[in-house]
Amino acid sequence: MLRTQSEAPARKPAAPAPKPLIHSHKMRITFTTLIILTFLLFSLDIASGSTSIPLPQVWAALSGGDCPPAVARIVVNIRLIKAIVALLAGAAVSVSGLQMQTLFRNPLAGPYVLGISSGASLGVALFLLGAPLFGISTAASALGIAGAAWIGAAAVLLIVGAVASRIKDIMVILILGMMFSSGISAVVQILQYLSRDESLKAFVIWTMGSLGDVTFSQLWILLPAVAVGLALAVAAIKPLNLLLFGEEYARTMGLGVKRSRTLLFLSTTLLAGTVTAFCGPIGFIGLAMPHVTRMIFRTSDHRILVPGTVLTGASVLLLCDIISKLLTLPINSITALLGIPVVILVVLKTK
Amino acid sequence: MIQLKHLSTGYRSRILLSDADTIFPAATLTALIGRNGTGKSTLLRAIAGLNPHYSGTIDIDGKDIRDLSAPALARRLAFVSTQRTRIPSMRCVDAVAMGRAPYTNWIGHMRKEDEEIVLRSLEDVGMAGFAMRTLDTMSDGECQRVMIARALAQDTPVILLDEPTSFLDMPSRYDLVRLLGRLAHDQGKCILFSTHELDIATEMTDAVALIDPPRLIHLPAKDFVAAGHLSLIFSN
Repeated sequence: MLRTQSEAPARKPAAPAPKPLIHSHKMRITFTTLIILTFLLFSLDIASGSTSIPLPQVWAALSGGDCPPAVARIVVNIRLIKAIVALLAGAAVSVSGLQMQTLFRNPLAGPYVLGISSGASLGVALFLLGAPLFGISTAASALGIAGAAWIGAAAVLLIVGAVASRIKDIMVILILGMMFSSGISAVVQILQYLSRDESLKAFVIWTMGSLGDVTFSQLWILLPAVAVGLALAVAAIKPLNLLLFGEEYARTMGLGVKRSRTLLFLSTTLLAGTVTAFCGPIGFIGLAMPHVTRMIFRTSDHRILVPGTVLTGASVLLLCDIISKLLTLPINSITALLGIPVVILVVLKTK
Repeated sequence: MIQLKHLSTGYRSRILLSDADTIFPAATLTALIGRNGTGKSTLLRAIAGLNPHYSGTIDIDGKDIRDLSAPALARRLAFVSTQRTRIPSMRCVDAVAMGRAPYTNWIGHMRKEDEEIVLRSLEDVGMAGFAMRTLDTMSDGECQRVMIARALAQDTPVILLDEPTSFLDMPSRYDLVRLLGRLAHDQGKCILFSTHELDIATEMTDAVALIDPPRLIHLPAKDFVAAGHLSLIFSN
């Protein structure tokens, strides 16, 4: 039964209970393990491909050590970039998913709830499918696709953001985002229906996702965008922790709710928007990895979850990339097959 | 201390309160009663800064809440809503620690004094033994107490609670209101809570505020019954 104060002894100084607010030793071990795992998968990702390169040679090539120049060229010029893209993309979509799950208090929210992927796909569809319909020929260059996707994603987020600033109830925004996505999908379908085979195939391949189309110069767009997005995510850690209680409680605990929303939208645009622009929509990782991180660390504290999700997201997308290279399948089919069981598990567990 | 000056609330054509003037002083436990839909929550939410649709002014310790930033208001007023908060894998201590948010730095770092206040708040509501339990493994009543501990950790002169007894069984209800009374008297807090339990409202509190639209009748608990205002709650 509930103990009442009257029977309690006079107020004691802070009980010598287990240090409640400091995170334990165990978490440090988990973090170290995850960092090692990420590094290992990063090396393995470089090692695997059409010709597999033994790990010692990978490390030699990366550290400028002794290895054949042909191998060094493959490692540094091709595979390193792809591995870095996988690392960044995995971290980015997963952190973005974490933010959206907390903001919308919905375990099934992901990086794309606000319509980023549908916005991006509309941009790409207009670029690849729409332009030829009007007799404009567009070369299906990777940078052109990325640019179109970025513009599409940013445009949708601007609209959703503008609407969101006038709406108090976050659930309404969630519903609007979903309806918006469905509407855009319909437009994209119309474009697909009207298009010729070759441009249709280019579009379908984009929707399957690819980590390999990012060139070295594009990496200099992707890297800073993701870095700034992650920095904003770190700045949003305290707001995220407060938002666990919902926006109203967060406000009564001193949170400027609208400013925090803006911060999170901006961070998610940079993270999920940029990655989607360059790699196509990467399914399920962003939805599943925050849950995996929560299960690993058994906490709801974003001071742990944000860095934890960076590591789990990065390592799982590296793993997916390795598998997709081994089986020569599009990355999105692998992320879906790996991510869906996790999502099902979460749904069953919360019921 | 909460002071309402010429306060009117309501939605569109429906007036809930009109030109209400009253003071809820420090070190006082006040029950807010009224039938469904008379605007108890509306009033509490307005005072908590969650509902800007009112006219007149609401002062907390002499400051108009409209002039206070969210963090400044959070250092003066804590709110416990009816919303359930069983957050998966959040420990009690972490939930209560959130109450320190208006005082902690950008990442929510807990200093020694913050941790002490958190543990003391858990003790105050009799939940010290649950510190390391997670909210999703606890009952509604226990979660309710944790949310009250969180409000205490916010260290504010004013605490508002929206129907805090509604999820609780009979003995827990009395325990809870007794606890609120003790907090009001021992720590000098101004505590205002809404309830449908007339026995609790009239017998265990210092004062009763009845919303009988568009009036607010606010009297010491003992005068309230004597004045025959209870019958208002049964009439239309």
